[in-house]
Amino acid sequence: MLDSNQLLRFTTAGSVDDGKSTLIGRLLYDSKSIFEDQLEAIENTSRKKGHEGVDLALFTDGLRDEREQGITIDVAYRYFTTPKRKFIIADTPGHIQYTRNMVTGASTANAAIILVDARHGVIEQTRRHSFIASLLQIPHVIVCINKMDLVDYSEEAYNNVITQFEDFSSKMLVKDVRFIPISALLGDNVVNRSENMDWYQGAPLLHTLETLHISSDVNKVDARFPVQTVLRPQSDDDNRDYRGYAGRVASGVFRAGDEVTVMPSGFTSKIKSLDTFDGSVEEAFAPMSISMTLEDDIDISRGDMIVRSNNMPEASQDIEVMLCWLNNSAAKPRAKYTIKHTSNDQKAMIKEIVYKIDINTLARNEEDKELNMNDISKVKIRTTKPLMVDSYRENRATGSIILVDDATNETVAAGMVV
Amino acid sequence: MSKYYLNYLDELESEAIFVLREVWAQFQNPVILFSGGKDSIVVTHLARKAFHPCKVPFSLMHVDTGHNFPETIKFRDDLIKELGVNLIVGSVQESIDQGRVAEERGKNATRNALQITTLLDAIEEHKVDCAIGGGRRDEEKARAKERFFSHRDDFGQWDPKNQRPELWNIFNGKYFEGEHFRAFPISNWTEMDVWNYIKRENIEIPSLYYAHEREVIWRNNSWIPNSEFLIVEEHEEIVTKKIRFRTLGDITITGGIESDADTLEKIALEVSAMRQTERGNRSDDKRSETAMEDRKRQGYF
Repeated sequence: MLDSNQLLRFTTAGSVDDGKSTLIGRLLYDSKSIFEDQLEAIENTSRKKGHEGVDLALFTDGLRDEREQGITIDVAYRYFTTPKRKFIIADTPGHIQYTRNMVTGASTANAAIILVDARHGVIEQTRRHSFIASLLQIPHVIVCINKMDLVDYSEEAYNNVITQFEDFSSKMLVKDVRFIPISALLGDNVVNRSENMDWYQGAPLLHTLETLHISSDVNKVDARFPVQTVLRPQSDDDNRDYRGYAGRVASGVFRAGDEVTVMPSGFTSKIKSLDTFDGSVEEAFAPMSISMTLEDDIDISRGDMIVRSNNMPEASQDIEVMLCWLNNSAAKPRAKYTIKHTSNDQKAMIKEIVYKIDINTLARNEEDKELNMNDISKVKIRTTKPLMVDSYRENRATGSIILVDDATNETVAAGMVV
Repeated sequence: MSKYYLNYLDELESEAIFVLREVWAQFQNPVILFSGGKDSIVVTHLARKAFHPCKVPFSLMHVDTGHNFPETIKFRDDLIKELGVNLIVGSVQESIDQGRVAEERGKNATRNALQITTLLDAIEEHKVDCAIGGGRRDEEKARAKERFFSHRDDFGQWDPKNQRPELWNIFNGKYFEGEHFRAFPISNWTEMDVWNYIKRENIEIPSLYYAHEREVIWRNNSWIPNSEFLIVEEHEEIVTKKIRFRTLGDITITGGIESDADTLEKIALEVSAMRQTERGNRSDDKRSETAMEDRKRQGYF
């Protein structure tokens, strides 16, 4: 592992039968990320259940309820490292009733792995997972055509899936799609190149994950700095006048000397310094956590956003978002919610449900005005004070919001600014 | 390749600092749960970096089982002095004396589970609304599903099936009277990441992590240190071995491994070649397949 290695987050959506757990188990096993005591535990359980050999899928079993029911209920995070990269897997269930978990896992991902059973081709579930990947703007999608061993490693079966996938995905916004024929069960093209598919010239899955270009996944153009808190040392004489705005650069690059505007107040100033514990830096870019000082004494607090003066987000009380409802209880008409956007909290109301999307067919329904769990709808939201937003397509960090129900304090919805 | 990207350790560090600042901004009275182990030491180091040039704005809370390594207590007290922060101690011995909990019996008895009551009592007594922990998702399967901001009900319990969804980096720390949160800034770190970071930052850690000579007995597949609290059975033999600890907890159940690694470089190298999980040496996790989940549901770290 080199110091310059990057971190890649990817999500896998899948249901019980399509081999998702086996694929993750295979990735971890063949990249030697499973420890002996974990393997022993899996071997014991495999034996108890009467499986032949080691059932790699058992490695991803989590909570007691899930072990009993044999399904993944929640997002589980898994980690492995190769000499080239560190990986975080957000492992999510694939059934329609777990759309909210898929959305959660997708929200931080650089890449999505979509599994297709070579025998069945593109099915409803494939469309659903692809739609979520495009809705959440996951930069890279890798379609793994699995169970190639069950179709005699046929190139034709592989090509059929590609054609089917390209047919329906043309309507979606996925920038980078790749296809890999694999057998998770037998290990073909997962970590090691398959000896059964000479016709496939591309890289195996792991090599693909190790080499995806991810430096451009974060918006490096629009400089946005949401202020989390203000640092004002009380005691130390040297730092008595220090006033630093602490936060993490959400997008773009800031440099000392840049002209900046503080939103929503509109005051302008220049960046005096970009500080860290290890000293000041000339440039700060997403996702660096820093403390920013300005030339002028301006009243700035949590919830404000510092941006470069020549490139500002929209400040608006009326926003349109694609909203995924996450809660058991349906949205209440005209109910008030707390809207959370970067470090800014405001009150908000859902003014109008424009349409609901059938996530299997992508059809729009303008009649159905209810928001139930797992529904994805386009809605209009009114907030009490302006939010400084960019479109989610341009900027994942400043184009995302959540709604919190003030009656229960639960996170009830996640939205992407249109 | 663009020069505008962070390497994995910088990205993990930045994420943890972001989480710590969110905790500070969203809660009234947050504390760091400090065990003296490497993970809570790293969290404390990150807090120092997050709020510089201000001092660490959190008190450290230590749940003291009474079965400590003396080295850990000294390390804790030195760190408190250096940081100039407040120390809150929740004492398991006091909980026992007050009859809040009953000591386990037998040679495998530990005070591990008893910590839950002491921890929850201390959280209530000091009106803590967020306890920051060094828990990592790679440690154990129940922890793989933890949130960065993890809600606890007014009995201090975790309901893994009813967790708040956590999207992007927007954290919801809203709670009702009597409830509290646990926050896990290093959720996404692995054991290897922690060691690489300690090495890179040259963070001071208790001497127990470095290879040293110690009296031990072989029990449950690891070297258990001899101490005044250890009940040695007739067939067990006290021997002196060069060992080090991968995790630190209650002295009666923390097993060491044979090792010559006496520098951070050697430890990192050794950890990267390990074929057993670090909790494989902790007998508290070996009691059943879901031991950690069951304790966490009740309010464990």
